[in-house]
Amino acid sequence: MDRIKSKIQKGKILVGDGGWGTLLIKSGMKSGECPEMWNIEHPDVVSSIAAAYKEAGADLISTNSFGGNRIKLKAYGLENEAKRLNRQSAYLTRKAIGEQHHVLASIGPSGKFIIMGDISVDELYESFREQAIALEEGGADACIIETMVDLEETRCAVLAVKENTKLEMIVSLTFMRSNDGGRFNTIMGTTPEMFINEMKQMNVPVFGVNCTLSVEDMSVLLERMYLFEKEVPFLVYPNAGQPQLTDNGILYPESPEVFAKYVPDFIRNGAKIIGGCCGTFPEHIRAIRNEIDRIQ
Amino acid sequence: MPPVKMGEGTIGKGYPDLLIILKSINKKIKHKGMAMENILEQIALCVERGKINRNSPYPPDLRGQDGAEELVQQALAMGISAGRILNEGLMKGMSVIGKKFSCNEVFVPDVLMSARAMNAGMPFLKSAFETGEATHKGVFIIGTVQGDLHDIGKNLVRMMMEGAGWRVIDLGVDTSPDKFLEVLKENPGAVVGMSALLTTTMMNMEKAVKVLKTEVPNVTIVVGGAPLTQEFCNKIGADAYSPDPQGCIEYLDAKFGFMN
Repeated sequence: MDRIKSKIQKGKILVGDGGWGTLLIKSGMKSGECPEMWNIEHPDVVSSIAAAYKEAGADLISTNSFGGNRIKLKAYGLENEAKRLNRQSAYLTRKAIGEQHHVLASIGPSGKFIIMGDISVDELYESFREQAIALEEGGADACIIETMVDLEETRCAVLAVKENTKLEMIVSLTFMRSNDGGRFNTIMGTTPEMFINEMKQMNVPVFGVNCTLSVEDMSVLLERMYLFEKEVPFLVYPNAGQPQLTDNGILYPESPEVFAKYVPDFIRNGAKIIGGCCGTFPEHIRAIRNEIDRIQ
Repeated sequence: MPPVKMGEGTIGKGYPDLLIILKSINKKIKHKGMAMENILEQIALCVERGKINRNSPYPPDLRGQDGAEELVQQALAMGISAGRILNEGLMKGMSVIGKKFSCNEVFVPDVLMSARAMNAGMPFLKSAFETGEATHKGVFIIGTVQGDLHDIGKNLVRMMMEGAGWRVIDLGVDTSPDKFLEVLKENPGAVVGMSALLTTTMMNMEKAVKVLKTEVPNVTIVVGGAPLTQEFCNKIGADAYSPDPQGCIEYLDAKFGFMN
């Protein structure tokens, strides 16, 4: 199987997957449960989510390991299960999607701040190293270091993956839009331009943006990034808007049709991998797939 | 007339260097006669810029200068009341940073540094709280709701609320409705702040608000967290939603009539 980068170089637009947390909740995960523990306790559910995204047309399907670093697992007293939970998450996704699709090892933030003195750079590196190795052992061929807000923590994760695995690397940061609409920053103040410069300096081949922003805000952000950088293949995984409380519980408002509508926009602004984040389901991915197939 | 080159002692041979004299006068004014307002302004500036003490390297342009820690002590030595140092110095600085944060002009690291600078000055004012010379606006009970382990946003609000003059009781993460209730009953009149970051735990917020409002109908509850909206706040019956700490501070100031 070709690597992601070479598929992109051949002109392909790839489809990512959608939200995992929202599907785990639909399958009965309660608040307060450790999502990664579902890899052990409900492997069939985890596999079925991966399979559903494959069926919907995703080329890259994540592992259920977003909070699988030992720093985050510690909150559940599961830090010593880090290896097992990560290995199992990659194994489950690989088993569900076969060899012709990419297993994208999900690596999320630690939830601690270096600047607060909560955590050291060495601890972060070590925690990401352990996670990345286990994910590769379990069958991942690529990774997405995602929903990051702190460039220094991102750097730790990039180095940990690069120096200890052969995983093909994607990095994705989470930006917010300023109240006046004019600026994008991470909560730490990082601008899209700072992010792009840093990733290029670290030779990260594919990077982009996920979470928090709606499809429309994402398209504005991506346009801005493309103005600054036209060579790098971007990834974009928007949220399905802001969650709303309805009679049927919490729902994200943006429909698969809205996602499909913005696909040409994303492609025009350098997106080579398009998927979804919180509140997106296989139906959203199906809509993106159909739109890309229509265009290409 | 010969050219006058300031600072090089050339203002007429044989005369003392005028600039050096001026400088030394200036220094004396700065050190001994620093007006009270001036030092309070400097304290506020240290908090705003996150200047903790003389030794702290941050921010680089204030390197080697006194920080909040030294200036608060100097202000006390000058006879300025602890209440004024708190209100017109430390809290003023926090208020500036809070407003900038809500306009996305500064970010989390800036707020953290400001909170640290404020905390560096606070221990010297401790006795003032004990004697009643300085008072809190009230008690603010804060926690992340049940099932949710995220605490970054909650911690930011805690810092800013402390910086705005509230005594904060932090219940940490994964706080059950019963825990909120128990601590609220121990602190009658306290305001409650709830945080949630996850779609799942937003529903637990609704539960907690219901329990508190049933048991303590007049309690004021402020909610926040990345996925929240004003609409959600209205639906679950909380009193106020704010996307940032400053909005919470301003809402409570208005509600309880605190003057700024």
